[in-house]
Amino acid sequence: MKINAENLSFRELNEKIRSSKSRKIEIENMLGQRYTGSGCTGKDIHISGIPGNALGAYLTECDITVYGNAQDAVGDAMNDGTITIHGNVGDAAGYGMRDGKILVKGSAGYRAGIHMKEYMEKKPLMVIGGKTGDFLAEYQAGGRIIVLGIGFEEQCPVGDFCATGMHGGVMYIRSEHEPDHPEQVLCEDAAAADIKAIKPDVELFAKKFDYDANELLNAHFFKLTPNTNSPYRRLYVNN
Amino acid sequence: MPVNYFPAEFEVLRNYDKCIQCRACERQCSNKVHWFDADFGKMLSHDEKCVDCQRCVSICPTGALKIKPNENAFRKSANYTQPLMTEAYRQAGTGSVLLSSMGTPKDYPVYWDKILLNASQVTNPPIDPLREPMETRVFLGKRPTQMKFKKNGELDLSLEPSLALNVPIMFSAMSYGSISKNAHESLARAAEELGTYYNTGEGGLHKDFYRYGANTIVQVASGRFGVHKDYLNAGAAIEIKMGQGAKPGIGGHLPGEKIKEDVAHTRMIPRGTDAISPAPHHDIYSIEDLRQLIFSVKEATEYKKPVIVKIAAVHNVAAIASGVARSGADIIAIDGFRGGTGAAPTRIRDNVGIPIELALAAVDGRLRHEGIRNEVSIVAAGSIRCSSDAVKAIALGADAVYIATPALLAMGCHLCRSCHTGKCNWGIATQEPELVKRLNPDIAYHRLVNLVTAWNHEIQEIMGGMGINSIEALRGNRLMLRGIGLTEKELQILGILHAGE
Repeated sequence: MKINAENLSFRELNEKIRSSKSRKIEIENMLGQRYTGSGCTGKDIHISGIPGNALGAYLTECDITVYGNAQDAVGDAMNDGTITIHGNVGDAAGYGMRDGKILVKGSAGYRAGIHMKEYMEKKPLMVIGGKTGDFLAEYQAGGRIIVLGIGFEEQCPVGDFCATGMHGGVMYIRSEHEPDHPEQVLCEDAAAADIKAIKPDVELFAKKFDYDANELLNAHFFKLTPNTNSPYRRLYVNN
Repeated sequence: MPVNYFPAEFEVLRNYDKCIQCRACERQCSNKVHWFDADFGKMLSHDEKCVDCQRCVSICPTGALKIKPNENAFRKSANYTQPLMTEAYRQAGTGSVLLSSMGTPKDYPVYWDKILLNASQVTNPPIDPLREPMETRVFLGKRPTQMKFKKNGELDLSLEPSLALNVPIMFSAMSYGSISKNAHESLARAAEELGTYYNTGEGGLHKDFYRYGANTIVQVASGRFGVHKDYLNAGAAIEIKMGQGAKPGIGGHLPGEKIKEDVAHTRMIPRGTDAISPAPHHDIYSIEDLRQLIFSVKEATEYKKPVIVKIAAVHNVAAIASGVARSGADIIAIDGFRGGTGAAPTRIRDNVGIPIELALAAVDGRLRHEGIRNEVSIVAAGSIRCSSDAVKAIALGADAVYIATPALLAMGCHLCRSCHTGKCNWGIATQEPELVKRLNPDIAYHRLVNLVTAWNHEIQEIMGGMGINSIEALRGNRLMLRGIGLTEKELQILGILHAGE
């Protein structure tokens, strides 16, 4: 089903999506309407134009593809499904996401992957093709974040205060330049086994955005993991 | 010998004439205070481990035990008090932040105790609630401000989503994790029977409790624990937690030790991992950002559920509430600084925020002044200790109140303020299975129902005395209040007259 989003409010647009019986929905002329696919289930949404903030919040079993840039809070607390962005994303992408995939061809703003978490078989994935702003993966508690830094090989592709408060999950950064990270995070060179582990993820990214996965993988990666799952244990004394 | 810089806070007094050495106290104490010395053939105690939770006293079959404050005293100073000195010793020994639980024990003014209620005499006679109907039902949510008509000319009777309470009292947010599953079950069942609501806190909703969804408020906070579409849709309302009265500006932190299997499952995080919800939502830096989160949950729940925004009572609470009222929230919960907590840094708990009485009066006044009071309902929280506090809160402008500490008391809590240790002997603030099973939900839920039912009777009595027969008529009715021993400024902020005026 095709929806022309021109002059539709976010509420009208979302009602059209929700009430549509077809799984595949193509939205044209999108111009900043928020909350598209919020809490959505069982849809495959394709967006031309620019979706507004909170695209795919609380997403469940739903795929969203954006043929362009997306704004802030993409995939807030998403639970399943795949969000594919053929452009850049704004701030706080994947906030608290618990499962599913966010694949960004371009770069991400501040605070990407913040509070990402995992539980049992639920393991979220975020792959950023370009660079990210400050506070990448702050308070990360699970899942995988991969920053490929394509086109930013001369610099570290993540901003400052990367992985602050990280206490779970893992992050891979494709770069020769070591990222800024706090003491409680272990930053090491990725080993062959690590590269093998992320190969399916990078292949997925490469397939979506037409890259050569092997070429991307044939580079130096940093691997960031927390030293402890309880970073603030010694901060307190009972009173 | 290591030097012990500070003595035990409490002294266990055992009447050996009464003690029958049944060792119940030893079995019941998770702090391992009591022990049997075989050589001496008698019960002894490690006083320094005692937190004065009164469990052993309550369980001792012969009444042989008493817990008293240790009378040993440092040299008296009105400035450097013994607690302050002790805290310095603790920190010098550890280099750590002091951590406490429950509401501040400090001697701050309690304005409820400085406000007196009115009653009718001669004219406008009192109403006897035993004989005449007395409405305590309350609806929370946006009020319509104008009549709307459909295209065909008929009156548009559609209303914004709201909560319907049989009593103007709800159970405030306490997460599964900070309190036990049995405690949560007790609250859920009590809320259902009373026709009111309990609140999940930021701990997700246990799968066994989805069936109480119609009486559940589900919370979304910065950590997004256990938040997903089914969770949002399970509750009757969604509360976005921006702050907590006991620790404004500070987030939640459930230590990994409390993340047992079941808690991990409910929060949807790995077992043993710290659950950190920082004070800021990292996507909220403005009222506009808050509006975004509100509408994202409204979209996810198809506008069927009211959204509550909970804020801590801080200095500029009135301006904040005004922003929240314009953000699309249906209900604002204001949490005063004397409210409880499962764990908070001592210095924050004891020094940050303002009392609920002043905050509530300021917010209600501001929203009225700006003509937006009907856009939101107000829920007052943070040390509503008894029914008369609730009546005063409503007369100061609240639509309803949240209670938590009194609910814990109903379940057996003795306010030892040690929730953060996770060793609650009453089975409330703990995840240890052998402690949790001490709290029988069949009994605890009944005690909660009793407490709120009793309060509701008292509220009806008090309203009857005033000649008022509905909460609606009491709300914001500050003429029913008079201050006693308050300054001009305090009276001005509270918007009430002094007794005798």
